Amino acid sequence: MSGKLADWTTGAESIVYQSCAACGAAQYFRRSFCAVCGAPDPQEKRASGAGTVYATSLVCRAATPETRAHVPYNIVLVDIAEGFRMMAHGENDLAIGDKVNARFAQFAGRLVPYFQKVK
Amino acid sequence: MSFITGVGLTSFGKHEGSSSLDLMSKAAQLAISDAGLQRSEIDGILCGYSTVSPHIMLATVFAEHFGIRPSYAHAVQVGGATGLAMTMLAHHLVDAGVAKHVLVVGGENRLTGQSRDASIQALAQVGHPDYEVPLGPTIPAYYGLVASRYMHEYGLTEEDLAEFAVLMRRHALTHPGAQFHDPITIADVMASKPVAKPLKLLDCCPVSDGGAAFVISRERIGDAGVRIRGCAQAHTHQHVTAAPALSELGAQIAIAKAKTVSGVAISDVRYAAVYDSFTITLAMLLEDLGLAKRGEAAARVRAGYFNQDGEMPLNTHGGLLSYGHCGVGGAMAHLVETHLQMTERAGNRQVRDASVALLHGDGGVLSSHVSMFLERVR
Repeated sequence: MSGKLADWTTGAESIVYQSCAACGAAQYFRRSFCAVCGAPDPQEKRASGAGTVYATSLVCRAATPETRAHVPYNIVLVDIAEGFRMMAHGENDLAIGDKVNARFAQFAGRLVPYFQKVK
Repeated sequence: MSFITGVGLTSFGKHEGSSSLDLMSKAAQLAISDAGLQRSEIDGILCGYSTVSPHIMLATVFAEHFGIRPSYAHAVQVGGATGLAMTMLAHHLVDAGVAKHVLVVGGENRLTGQSRDASIQALAQVGHPDYEVPLGPTIPAYYGLVASRYMHEYGLTEEDLAEFAVLMRRHALTHPGAQFHDPITIADVMASKPVAKPLKLLDCCPVSDGGAAFVISRERIGDAGVRIRGCAQAHTHQHVTAAPALSELGAQIAIAKAKTVSGVAISDVRYAAVYDSFTITLAMLLEDLGLAKRGEAAARVRAGYFNQDGEMPLNTHGGLLSYGHCGVGGAMAHLVETHLQMTERAGNRQVRDASVALLHGDGGVLSSHVSMFLERVR
């Protein structure tokens, strides 16, 4: 695979996606091939962090002591400007359709993407 | 051709001291007796999984424990769709002559065998290990996301969703085996504690102990025949992050294929058994399957359409929401109830006409779907 970029899943303040040179598809879950056309070595790119809220769910009942300390926390699906969808945290009052930007926050001992409404 | 020749179901709730194998055995014996068979006549076994007692060869563990030596056996894992997926496989196995009588069994001591936290945590692992699970989502949160979007697109309200919880509870009140026996109102659902907004406690199915089983046979046994007319699956994604648009969900694909292979139309259906892990699951699936128009399922509940004496009786045992949810056995209870209705053995819950039934199961986060039509033959 061509150059693997560090992202939030490995503790870096960054959202990374893959772009297929053959068919142009964007994918978020990292693989060594494009899941649409099967072409090898999709190119890794950094996302701008801009997006639109697709769905939200404020978690009020968590299942572990580490996550319970953060209750309530808002799980969101965001459609990212570069053409893929991701799950993240966000401000508790985000609504579907809100334009948002990514920051990063600590959650249960890890770095996670945290979306805020564009003012 | 294949027939469902026997069914067995335990009560759901607490079975203190019973293991998953105990609950599977109890349901299996009930189903085999119901079919009028000897256990030695069972030549195929399909079983689900147990989150409390995971095993890489659960079907053979069960066969040895139960005391039979089948010529065909393995486990199947498709989350909440497992029961119907096993039934579909059994249908094809007996049709192809691989086995004569396939025992399909699921059971788990999910409530008393582990803490509720452990259960919630184990189930949350259906999420993506790198891109979802570190965010601390729960199964209700995955479905809460789906609910927020569906409500946004089709104008459903939380009160609409509450209708499904109240309906399932009303049905459960008529079944002695159900986990819950106290009536609830829309106000009770609305006032219940938020779990993962917009879902509240009473929008969510409980965690239960229980077991269910059926026998699928090549030939019918006795007078009342329940034939599998046709079935189909669809698998569109695993993780909610990768789910297709709401207009392209798997339930619609599965039901379209099932209609084609069976030659049954929705207008032929007289009884419905639909997966209901959350109120939103039931609302969406009813609309995906064509049992209500988009955004109108709740209005049909209010009009009594899905009542025991309504035009399309639905989950008359109380469903996952109120009969209970013990994992694989949970949605198998829907098929057991359907069979009882089709063979006119549902007692005080008996519906007028259950000659053709539609069943639908969902696994993951609307990820895996199985649609099935059953028909009574005389």
